[in-house]
Amino acid sequence: MSLKIEDLKVYYCMRRGDCRAVEDVTFEIEKGDAVGLVGESGCGKSTVAFAILRMLPSPGEIMGGHIYFEGEDIATMDDDAIREFRWTQIAMVFQGAMNALNPILRVSDQITEAMLKHNRELSKDEAIEKTRELFKLVGMDPDRINHYPFEFSGGMKQRAMIVMALACDPKFLIADEPTTALDVTVQAQIMQLLRRLSDELGITLMLITHDLSVVAETCRNVIIMYAGKIVETGAVVEIFQKPWHPYAQGLIASIPSIERSRDQTLASIPGSPPNLLDPPQGCRFHPRCKFARDLCIKEDPVLLEVSPGHKAACHLATGKIKDSKWRPGKEVALL
Amino acid sequence: MSNGQEPIVSCRGLRKWFPVSAGFFSQLMGGEVWLKAVDGVDLDIYPEELYCLAGESGCGKTTTGKLLIGLLEPTDGIVEFEGHDLNEISRGGLRTLRARMQTIFQDPYSSLNPRLSLYDTVSEPLRLNKIATSGEDEEARVIRALEAVQLVPPEEFTFRYPHELSGGQRQRVAIARAIVVNPAFIVADEPVSMLDVSIRSEILNLLENIRREFHIAYIYVTHDLSVASYIGDKIAIMYLGKIMEKGTIKEVIHNAVHPYSQALISAVPSPDPTVDRKRKILPGEPGSPINTPPGCLFAPRCEYAQDKCRQDEPPLEEVSPGHWVSCWFPREPLQISYDLAHELKAKAKT
Repeated sequence: MSLKIEDLKVYYCMRRGDCRAVEDVTFEIEKGDAVGLVGESGCGKSTVAFAILRMLPSPGEIMGGHIYFEGEDIATMDDDAIREFRWTQIAMVFQGAMNALNPILRVSDQITEAMLKHNRELSKDEAIEKTRELFKLVGMDPDRINHYPFEFSGGMKQRAMIVMALACDPKFLIADEPTTALDVTVQAQIMQLLRRLSDELGITLMLITHDLSVVAETCRNVIIMYAGKIVETGAVVEIFQKPWHPYAQGLIASIPSIERSRDQTLASIPGSPPNLLDPPQGCRFHPRCKFARDLCIKEDPVLLEVSPGHKAACHLATGKIKDSKWRPGKEVALL
Repeated sequence: MSNGQEPIVSCRGLRKWFPVSAGFFSQLMGGEVWLKAVDGVDLDIYPEELYCLAGESGCGKTTTGKLLIGLLEPTDGIVEFEGHDLNEISRGGLRTLRARMQTIFQDPYSSLNPRLSLYDTVSEPLRLNKIATSGEDEEARVIRALEAVQLVPPEEFTFRYPHELSGGQRQRVAIARAIVVNPAFIVADEPVSMLDVSIRSEILNLLENIRREFHIAYIYVTHDLSVASYIGDKIAIMYLGKIMEKGTIKEVIHNAVHPYSQALISAVPSPDPTVDRKRKILPGEPGSPINTPPGCLFAPRCEYAQDKCRQDEPPLEEVSPGHWVSCWFPREPLQISYDLAHELKAKAKT
């Protein structure tokens, strides 16, 4: 077991009240796995990533739960320990690579900085040599390490960000929306690169995205979040073919595809995600759910196994309520 | 779609070159440097047709959309709207025509004036174009437009402000504002790319319903080929200001022959994990539209490029009725069909 998260709660405590961004999130990621964490904007997926690295922007705070990485609890580590741990064990490729590099520093300086901070035995020359090696690994010309970010195209900046994440040989890589703002052809290149890194270097990959198609192509397992909670998780092949949770069903049936027959209409989920300052009682999806009953308002469904390795948090899935129209599968969303 | 009808919008040899501030050396040489955003585009859009313009960023798709609606003046070429040449027409005439063509922009968070209530936002085009005959008529038209975009009951929305609305609702307001004047032609520039996945399909279905109900022709600018194949009738794939391949969705997306279209299509991720598309990953990124090389613009990235491609520019030729390709050596069609994709392939993904 590489990463194990238990009952994680992250709130952003503001004067207006607490924004309950992540609530009771529990999941495990096996070593060497490629997992997609998906959901709409504001569902808490990036917050989970920042919590894992203990880099929550203020006023975000871990209010409870555990984050075990190879047995150690990150949530309770002291600041010195976390500084040692961050980047050498778990590293992250940030969202918006276009703006994540410092425009007035050479790319090599930015990358070697991370290496030298985390490994005091490394000399500057060794760090530069390693940067050149990593540039080769991600398919870039090593002679470009001394260029400035403005001399790089979007795809190259993203590759440089990946090099920076790999600088200290992490075992676990979080990629937060690594391809938004990139063209499809470049997106395909970057995703292929991440897949290759995960295969060749044995790095565990957690991919955060709102694009389910990217997850379908890249990941083995998927975690679907809605309004700060996990609604469904399991193997990609299984969930994309037979989603159980009405939200997952709607989401999967709403993605256009060039292989889809044009006669099939896309499903849509009416309404919009709730305000997490005051989330709905019971199941957080009930105001948008066409199967919602009284029980859904009263009782929050727990994430339970519906088939081996496949969990869903819905009263329909666990059989607590019955509806003749509901069954596993994305077609349900079109009824 | 074109059954004997005249196109509602058409353009011939459309060009838009932007001057680039040249460096010291080129100024000395007296040469002017141009960014060729759109370079020789021919399109015909028929009534009630949805024509997609697709390509990577910087391919000139948005600029083409703006030219077709008269928001930019072309450097060269003709744009005709319902038979009127937009360049020849008087200012007053253009104003009347403008009411027949509208736009929907990408970002509903910045395209709506935060200080105007929805009523003011939606009724503004009516007032500007002096369409409503009376106050009651204006109100009735606004209500009808809000109903058409399913902001119901409309009375509840008329006096709200944009900050009270979600992204999807804002985009509905933008659509209502576009359709309130009864346009015949709408340019929609990536109208769903800023929206969340679960909202996106709702807006796509709405655009489709409105097209049928109000008989509107669209130019739909997008970088997302899966959206284009869902909503479009025809598509033009652009690269550095030129059309590489155009025709019906069936021809261009499901039987592409241009190496660039093929590469673009095979890069689109599939939401079905059992689909194993034979991926061709196109290396590199689009070149610069400034000082473009002679010959085919795609040649530097094309794995099949030959000497001829680097010397002579291929003309846009009709390879089968309605299917146009600009390539010296078109490939065998890349067939992507629903059935083919669903030949389930046991994949080591589990």
